[in-house]
Amino acid sequence: MLELAFKGNKWYWGWIIVLLGTIGIGFGLYQMQLNFGLGITGMSRDVSWGFYIANFTYLVGVAAGGVMVVLPYYLHDYKAYGKITILGEFLAIASLVMCLLLVMVDLGQPMRILNVWLYPTPHSVLFWDTIVLNGYLFLNLIIGWNVLEAERNGVHYQGWLKPLIYISIPWAVSIHTVTAYLYCGLPGRGFWLTAILAPRFLASAFAAGPSLLILLCLFIRRFTNFDPGRQQIQSLAKTVAYAISVNVFFFLCEVFVAFYSTIPEHMGHLQYLFQGLHGKGALVPWMWASLIFMAAGIVLTVIPATRRNEASLAVACVVIILGTWIDKGLGMISGGFVPNPLHEVTEYVPTLPEIGITLGVYAVGALVLTILYKMAVGVKEEVHS
Amino acid sequence: MKNSRRRFLQIAGVSALSLGAKPVLNAFAAEGAEGLGYRVTRGEKALSAKQWGMVIDTRKLKTAADIQPMIDACDKAHNIPTAIPDKKQEIKWIWDAPYHNVFTEKVNQFLNEQVENKPFLLLCNHCENPPCVRACPTQATFKRADGIVMMDFHRCIGCRFCMAACPFGARSFNFRDPRPFIKMENKDFPTRTKGVVEKCNFCAERLAVGKMPACVEASNGALAFGDLYDPHSKVRELLKENYTIRRKQNLGTEPSVYYIV
Repeated sequence: MLELAFKGNKWYWGWIIVLLGTIGIGFGLYQMQLNFGLGITGMSRDVSWGFYIANFTYLVGVAAGGVMVVLPYYLHDYKAYGKITILGEFLAIASLVMCLLLVMVDLGQPMRILNVWLYPTPHSVLFWDTIVLNGYLFLNLIIGWNVLEAERNGVHYQGWLKPLIYISIPWAVSIHTVTAYLYCGLPGRGFWLTAILAPRFLASAFAAGPSLLILLCLFIRRFTNFDPGRQQIQSLAKTVAYAISVNVFFFLCEVFVAFYSTIPEHMGHLQYLFQGLHGKGALVPWMWASLIFMAAGIVLTVIPATRRNEASLAVACVVIILGTWIDKGLGMISGGFVPNPLHEVTEYVPTLPEIGITLGVYAVGALVLTILYKMAVGVKEEVHS
Repeated sequence: MKNSRRRFLQIAGVSALSLGAKPVLNAFAAEGAEGLGYRVTRGEKALSAKQWGMVIDTRKLKTAADIQPMIDACDKAHNIPTAIPDKKQEIKWIWDAPYHNVFTEKVNQFLNEQVENKPFLLLCNHCENPPCVRACPTQATFKRADGIVMMDFHRCIGCRFCMAACPFGARSFNFRDPRPFIKMENKDFPTRTKGVVEKCNFCAERLAVGKMPACVEASNGALAFGDLYDPHSKVRELLKENYTIRRKQNLGTEPSVYYIV
C-alpha cells in the first residue's frame, strides 16, 4: 500500500519538502543539544521538565483520543465510523511516534535509553509508560495496516485482529492513565497530587484528539475525492462537546478544592498560573487565554446551530486544540514545578533551540501522518470509485 | 540424524542459558563475591549502620559564615562545579536557605526572630522510604543496605523523574559538562558527565574507609552522624535529649536528617 504515498501533486510534494526541511533544522538543533547538553533549553534545577515533556503529555492525549472513533464502531457497532476508524488509528500512530521522540530528546543520556529494558523496574511508572506507549503504537500499526489492506482487497479483515482491536480500546485509556500517574503519584507536588489528574487528562484527550480528527476530515473532504462524511463529523463534534465540558468541569473541581480548603500547597500553583506569585507570572496571560478558548469551544460545540455549521465547528476545534494545548502543555507541567518544593518561584520559558527541536519532532509526526493518510485516502478513493 | 541435531540444539540452548545466567548469579552472591577478574570486599575500617542519619544542631549554626565551611568541604570532596554561570542550572549537594523555605509547612506567623533570619542547612534526607528510588526507571538511584540513597552516574539516563519525585529539591542535573566549572579537582572522587542527575551521597566513599562525612568533619560539632537504629549512637543520644524536627515528615518519606532548632 505504501506505493500510494509516492503519488501526489506538486502541493503534496511541496508539503513533504517543507516537513523534511523542518525535520532537518530540528535535527541540527538536536546535534547542538547532544553536544552541549540540556543546558541549551530553558529548563532548570527547579523546573526540570519543560516543553518536551509538556508536548509529550499533550500528544499522548491526542493518541488516546483516536479511540473515540474506534470504540463506538467496534463496541457499539456504530457503522458510520467504519469509514474513519483508520483515520483515528493512523493519527494515534503519528502521535505516538512524536511522543517517543519527545521522550528521547528530553533525555540527558539518550544513548543509555536501553537501560530501561536492561534493568526493568516495575516500581517506576516510567517503565510502565514505555510499555503502554510502545504497545499502543504496535497495536495501531498492526490493526490499522491490516484492516486497511483488507478493505483494499475487498475482504473482511482477519479474524485474529478482533481480539487485538478489543484490547486496543482499554489500552488507549491506559496510555493516558499511566502518563498521568507519572505525575500524580509524586509526594510534595501539590498541583499534580490529585486523583482526578488521570480523568482530567482523558477528558482533555477526548476533546483534543477528536477536534484534530474533525479538522483532518474537513481537510480530506476539501482536497481529496474521499468524503469522511457529514454524519461522522457531527458525531465526533458531540464527543468533543461532552469531553471539553467535562475537562473544564474537572478543572473547576480542582479550583474549588484548592481555594475552599485554602491549603497553601494546593493554592500556590493555581495562584502562580492565574495570578502570578512573588511578582512572577509569565504564564498568566496564557492560562486566561486557555480558559477563554476552552469556554468558547464549549459554547460553539454545545449550541446545535454552531455545531452543525461546519465553519463554526472548525473554529471551535481550533480553539479547543489551542486551549487544551496551553492548559496541558504549558500550564500543567511547568505549573507543577512552580513554586518549587521550597516554595521558591523559578520561572520557565522554553528557548528557541528547544522550540526548534520540538517543531522538528512535530514535523516528523506530520510526515508520518501525511504518508499514512495519503495511503488511507488512496485506498478509500480506489474502493469508493 | 534429525534426533542428534535436536539434541545438539538442546545442549547448545542450555549452555547459552547458563552462560547468560552467570552474571545474574554473581550479582546474587553476597559480599566478598568473586567475578571475572574482580573481587569485592569490605574495607577493614569501613563503618556500617542499619540506617545512617544526621542531626543538625542549628543552635550552633548562627550565620552564613558558620555554614560555609561545611558547604566548601563538600564541594571540594565531591568535585561540585561551583562556577556554573547560570544559577538556575547549578549543582548543589548541600546548601542553605531561610527557615520558611526549609520547613515550608512549619512556618509560624509569629516566629522567633533569630530562627526567622538565619540560614538553615539543606541536603538529601536519605529517606527511609525514598520517592526518588521508586521513580527511577533504571535503578540508577537506589537504597543501600545502610540506608544511603545512592546514584550510579553511569547508569542514569537523565530522565529527571527523580527530580520531580523528590519533595526536598535535593537533586541537581548536569545541564552541561561540569568539568570546566570545578575549581579544584579531587582525584579521589569521580567527576560527572553532562546529562546525569546527582546529589548528596552521605559521603559513602568516606564511610567506606572509616571517615565521617566531610560536612560533619568540618562542622565543629554542629552536625552529628550515626546509625539511627543503634540506641547508643551519637545521633540517638541527641534525639533522646533534644526536641527535633524533620522536613515535610507529613509526606511519609521518613527523612533521616533531624534538626535541633
